[in-house]
Amino acid sequence: MELGAYSFGDTQLNPDGSLRSTAEAIKNLFDAIVLADSAGLDYFAVGEHHTLEMPASSPGSMIAAAAGATKQIRLGSGVSVISTDDPVRVFQQFATADAVSGGRVEITAGRGSSVESYPLFGYNLSDYERLFEEKLELLMRVNEQEQVTWSGTTRSPLQDLTVVPRPVDGSLPLWVGTGGSAPSSVRAGRLGLPISYGIIGGAPHRFAALSDLYRRTAEQAGHAGANIKVSVAALGLVAPTKQEALERFYPGWRNMHTQLGKLRGWPAPDDNAYLAQAHAPGAYYVGDPDDVAQRIVHLHGFMGHMRHFLQMDIGGLPQEHFLESLTLLATEVKPRVERLIRIEG
Amino acid sequence: MAELRRLELVSSTHEKQESVVQTIAVLGVGRVGSAVARTALAAGYDTRVAGSGAAEDIELLAEIVIPGARAMTATDAVSDADLVVVAVPLSKYRSVDASMLAGKTVVDAMNYWPPVDGQIADFEEDIASTSEVVSRYFSGSRVVKTLNHIGYHELEDDGAPSGTAGRRALAIASDDEAAAAAVQDVLDRFGFDTVYAGPLATGRAFEPGTAIFNGAFSQNDLLRELELNLHPTH
Amino acid sequence: MHEASPLGMELGVYSFGDTQRNADGTLRATAEAIANLHEAIVLADAVGLDYFGVGEHHTVDMPASSPGAMVAAAAGATQQIRLGSSVTVLSTDDPVRVFQQFATADAISGGRVEITAGRGSSVESYPLFGYELSDHDQLYAEKLDLLMTLNSGERTSWCGSVRSGIDDLVVVPRPVQGSLPIWLGTGGSAPSTVRAGRLGLPVSYGIIGGIPARFGRLADLYRATAQRSGHHGPNIKVSAGTFGLIAPTKKDAVDRFYPGWRNLQLLMTQRRHWPEPERARYEEQTHAPFAYYVGDPDDVAERIIDLYRHLGHMRHFFQMDLGGLPHEHFLEAITLLGTEVKPRVQRLIDRL
Repeated sequence: MELGAYSFGDTQLNPDGSLRSTAEAIKNLFDAIVLADSAGLDYFAVGEHHTLEMPASSPGSMIAAAAGATKQIRLGSGVSVISTDDPVRVFQQFATADAVSGGRVEITAGRGSSVESYPLFGYNLSDYERLFEEKLELLMRVNEQEQVTWSGTTRSPLQDLTVVPRPVDGSLPLWVGTGGSAPSSVRAGRLGLPISYGIIGGAPHRFAALSDLYRRTAEQAGHAGANIKVSVAALGLVAPTKQEALERFYPGWRNMHTQLGKLRGWPAPDDNAYLAQAHAPGAYYVGDPDDVAQRIVHLHGFMGHMRHFLQMDIGGLPQEHFLESLTLLATEVKPRVERLIRIEG
Repeated sequence: MAELRRLELVSSTHEKQESVVQTIAVLGVGRVGSAVARTALAAGYDTRVAGSGAAEDIELLAEIVIPGARAMTATDAVSDADLVVVAVPLSKYRSVDASMLAGKTVVDAMNYWPPVDGQIADFEEDIASTSEVVSRYFSGSRVVKTLNHIGYHELEDDGAPSGTAGRRALAIASDDEAAAAAVQDVLDRFGFDTVYAGPLATGRAFEPGTAIFNGAFSQNDLLRELELNLHPTH
Repeated sequence: MHEASPLGMELGVYSFGDTQRNADGTLRATAEAIANLHEAIVLADAVGLDYFGVGEHHTVDMPASSPGAMVAAAAGATQQIRLGSSVTVLSTDDPVRVFQQFATADAISGGRVEITAGRGSSVESYPLFGYELSDHDQLYAEKLDLLMTLNSGERTSWCGSVRSGIDDLVVVPRPVQGSLPIWLGTGGSAPSTVRAGRLGLPVSYGIIGGIPARFGRLADLYRATAQRSGHHGPNIKVSAGTFGLIAPTKKDAVDRFYPGWRNLQLLMTQRRHWPEPERARYEEQTHAPFAYYVGDPDDVAERIIDLYRHLGHMRHFFQMDLGGLPHEHFLEAITLLGTEVKPRVQRLIDRL
């Protein structure tokens, strides 16, 4: 089981609750990835957003920066909002980072959890399906071929054009990222792409039905082998004790819910709901190393996922708590997970 | 196809032209236009320049980059000019008002270079030489193709007094022999020998990609290259 | 003659990440070229160079297609060097994405990132991203305007014809420096010079042939236009990017640079019908007053200062790794530029 983290580069807060600078948030995110690498984590992903609270607008640049400053960790997007981007540019950025990293870069394409990119780049959210479908097809094509011919309705056509640089290992691992819809699972299975589930609420083991659907669809479509695999992204924070983890994660969780609630008409954050989600069988992997390790392995029994990565730094989590959590995930949770899987196996 | 004539044959008659060029207007102040205008000034011509952009910008540009040239509107620049050099990007040749140039001798110093400037339908869809296409637009003018096949750096560096051994020569094409002769005289004062290749159609022999376009030749060598290009069976 | 800046002359390098070659002349992997370029930037930082620029191309022999990603990678792996694009082909890109990429790199570098917007020396990006070369002027003017608007504040409202409008939207992250230095890159045309002066942007001249001293009058035009438009201060400045290679001796430098130069010329012969390369023409260009700064440290330092007398530029940076220059020669030239040429240039400037 690979362990890792993902982040939207959330901006830290001043004591009065106001936002600190977005440049500082980006630098903090970079420092966190470098630490995750040296602590021994397997994966770090950066998600694309376009707000003052979540300023990691260019996962490609973040990953490239990390590629030049890390040794072993795999790096990816969580997710690249390809519907509102140009797959050729996205590929070029990630392939550049891949070359710099010596072949450690992946792309996860998905809808993403926010919609700011549609007005910013002049797209209509109602075209989402067609945009995603076509752009994923183009991304797959540029990933497989140096000379590309493609035509569609969402971008200018390519007539036998060169797309460089080429990835170190021939092509980049390309994942489909989904919040857990059945059609997305079917799509990933049909295409033979690995699938990454973002589980941000509810009981995670219920996603087992989706991962079964994914595997069965892939098998029916004739896809087999190492590319048919599942990863899980979830909220979480590791601290020396469960109580510290709960207390550290809560203010940021509350900030995020208040903020998103305003945008999306959610109810006010509910402390009981928080606590319920933060204990088994809830979706927040917030706890001490034993607790988090046990719950990851428990989910593994249902989903057979090969990678579990946590979003820790939501809503202005203090940087030192983020860094401590990354260190604990690598040094304390990881050996426990390996031991438990061996016993379970 | 008409025999090539060395321009000496034409130049023997050019004294009979009603007017000798004294005033040159250069349309376009990019790299080529600036270099042509400076060369014209150095050769003693009254030189006017016009370019797109605010008048005050063009004035300052002329003052510093083409000192001695007078910046004015295109209309004013060409109104009493004896010779007009069109040195705008070829993609913009239709932005030059053709009626303004009626009756004028017009040097087409432009090139069609799709790898750099993109494809232009006027020239993709027409098999004629680029200057023939241009001359159909400037239908009231006497169009002369030259100055297109010398680098703007070289224009100011390679010139030499008449009679210098190995002096560089430039090719000229025009359907109007008198206009060609007038331009030959100007190029001589610029510091270059010339060879009259023939009608505008022969301009193809020194378009981009040709040996003449790519190289630098004395008058004899240029004549030989033109012969080779236009009469390959000889 | 222009005032020397108190810091003297910045020295640096720019590259398109040219792909190295096998012994039989075939191209090696593009991924290797990118990794080599990254290594070169890290070395340039370590030997004390002031600037490294990455230029956008889209070919197997020049695979640095994403200057934003290259600069970001370098931002995370360097300490002091300033990083930029040479150039970003803004006409065929989205200024919002470009700004976001460079602002991200700027945050990681602690404020060492710049953007140079220009036409660029190649045109592959037009078909690749669905643009028409003939629309270049309008694309460039509007996109430069948008990039400057994005750079000036956190919320942007903009409308134009070459991209969707933006109605009071946030564009993040914001640069450490407040705003990113934006340069206008040009091969040296007077109208581009006027544009830079009018907009009050610093100008970067790409001088790849002819007699560099002749750019002096363009620099004068630039400064005069800026002054008349009411722009002055530290943003009104000139840099020069030229071909160049430094080796222990002039002869080594001339011999080392030639094969790559020849490869590049052959490519251009093929793609743009340039004349066949000739060694004699090449060698002429490697001596004053011509444009190839290929020589030993003394020669290159003196010629930089000679150009400075005409141009008053504050930064001179070299494209060294043309056409598959062996990587070790690239690295040695970077080291010599930092350790040998730089102190000589400083000494010569102090004497002016």
